[in-house]
Amino acid sequence: MEIDPFIFRLSIFILSIFIGYYVVWSVTPSLHTPLMSVTNAISSVIIVGAIIAGLAGKSETIFNTSSIFGFLAISLAAINIFGGFLVTQRMLAMYKKKKKSK
Amino acid sequence: MLSANLSAIFYLISGVLFILALRGLSSPETSRQGNFFGILGMAIAVTVTFLSIGNFSTGFVVVLIFLLIGGLIGAFIAYKIPMTAMPELVAGFHSLVGLAAVFVAIAAFLNPEAFNLGSPGNIKLGSLIEMSIGAAVGAITFSGSIIAFLKLQGIMSGSPITFKGQHPLNALILISIIIITYLLCSTQSSNLFWILLAISFLIGFLLIIPIGGADMPVVISMLNSYSGWAAAGIGFTLENTALIITGALVGSSGAILSYIMCKGMNRSFFNVILGGFGATEQSASAKNKEQKPVKSGNADDAAFLMKNASSVIIVPGYGMAVAQAQHALREMVDTLKKNDIKVSYAIHPVAGRMPGHMNVLLAEANVPYDEVFELEEINNDFANADVAFVIGANDVTNPVAKTDPQSPIYGMPVLDVEKCKSVLFVKRSLSPGYAGIDNDLFYKENTLMLFADAKKMTEDITKNL
Repeated sequence: MEIDPFIFRLSIFILSIFIGYYVVWSVTPSLHTPLMSVTNAISSVIIVGAIIAGLAGKSETIFNTSSIFGFLAISLAAINIFGGFLVTQRMLAMYKKKKKSK
Repeated sequence: MLSANLSAIFYLISGVLFILALRGLSSPETSRQGNFFGILGMAIAVTVTFLSIGNFSTGFVVVLIFLLIGGLIGAFIAYKIPMTAMPELVAGFHSLVGLAAVFVAIAAFLNPEAFNLGSPGNIKLGSLIEMSIGAAVGAITFSGSIIAFLKLQGIMSGSPITFKGQHPLNALILISIIIITYLLCSTQSSNLFWILLAISFLIGFLLIIPIGGADMPVVISMLNSYSGWAAAGIGFTLENTALIITGALVGSSGAILSYIMCKGMNRSFFNVILGGFGATEQSASAKNKEQKPVKSGNADDAAFLMKNASSVIIVPGYGMAVAQAQHALREMVDTLKKNDIKVSYAIHPVAGRMPGHMNVLLAEANVPYDEVFELEEINNDFANADVAFVIGANDVTNPVAKTDPQSPIYGMPVLDVEKCKSVLFVKRSLSPGYAGIDNDLFYKENTLMLFADAKKMTEDITKNL
């Protein structure tokens, strides 16, 4: 009997939860705010689904309801991607070590 | 056009890069590289999606335009936002992830052919279940984050909003979400899909309104987690590895942060979620307000105390963020250091309105991160320090958490500020903090209250040093 591909995806999912668990516990508490903004940015990889929906229509049906939701989702996710990564970068650039010589 | 197998490999690569992005945050040195990995992973995922669809006609241009609009808005916000507004920003971003998940689910429901999920009215059962879960969790994330955003922004009152029958109502709605999902899957009715979305929006709203301002660290972390689970749900629908991996990472990240925040307050997750904390105790503390003697001083007294100290520990809290006092504080510390006084910062896990809030503000004010310590690292040092300078914190320093089992905050880990030789407490008034209880620290022998705006007081002290 063949295994349903869903089971493989479920395995990836469960194992990723464990990876997430160990990786996030090792994040230093002082970087918890950048952690939130970067997880925000990466969860916007949902833009992949939005692009598929946006490009689904043929040229004459390009603005059907489904594609419009896709287009809107693209913009929302893009705000998050650009905003999330850039603000994380801005924050991380501020974390400096003590200067030894003064 | 990219083959399905090849694109799946690329999605896996971007998933791995996202893991490395989080891994980088284990230390500030590697964090910037980690962020770069995250950006790379995202670029790969987006490019591969375009290539695998292989449609570069009019639709492609329209998609690029929408992408550009969003990107410009996002970049603009990222450069303009003040660091003190980080909690609002993150809450706002969560709401966008939630809404994007809802929109993708709607698009997939209306046009399942585009996603290889069957035809309208005849969507594959598994996909429909995954889609419903993604849409419902996304909707809850969206409306919940909007409320969190409004509360943090001060547009909506930060105090808990409770009403009779709140919990039964929420339970009823949650049960009906499950029933409707079941019916939706057996009938494929689009009306039920819209009803599912509507009540999910409603429950997100209802879940967050009873939660008060200082519990926001838990709420934001929880919504962070939800946005991950929503992404994972959509990932299953789209059979996309990058999305599944990311969803799982973000989901567990948010869950861990919520756990850390709850532990920082010694409260169970359910206690926070059910909300209404502080609402009842407020009246109790108002009753026994007998006048206890308090020593209050001015900037001159504070400067004198600190000048004669050899070590000072600074305890910042949300009040410092409100007063934007972080830069003034750093200037004061610079002056202290010039006088050979050892200065360190003590951060309580739930100081501020989101995890790590104080650390970012101090970093913004150019405080080196190796002078900033977590509660467990520094708590023993208070006994040897000369002065504790509490600026904008309150409940997290209250010794009552260690002494009075009757107190609502009993058992919460607190900073042992009272063990210092003297305590300087910058505060606007004697009013109790979020938990609605009096802080015993105000009335201690060795405490000097500095009644003023945190920023102004810090500046005045610097002048007097």
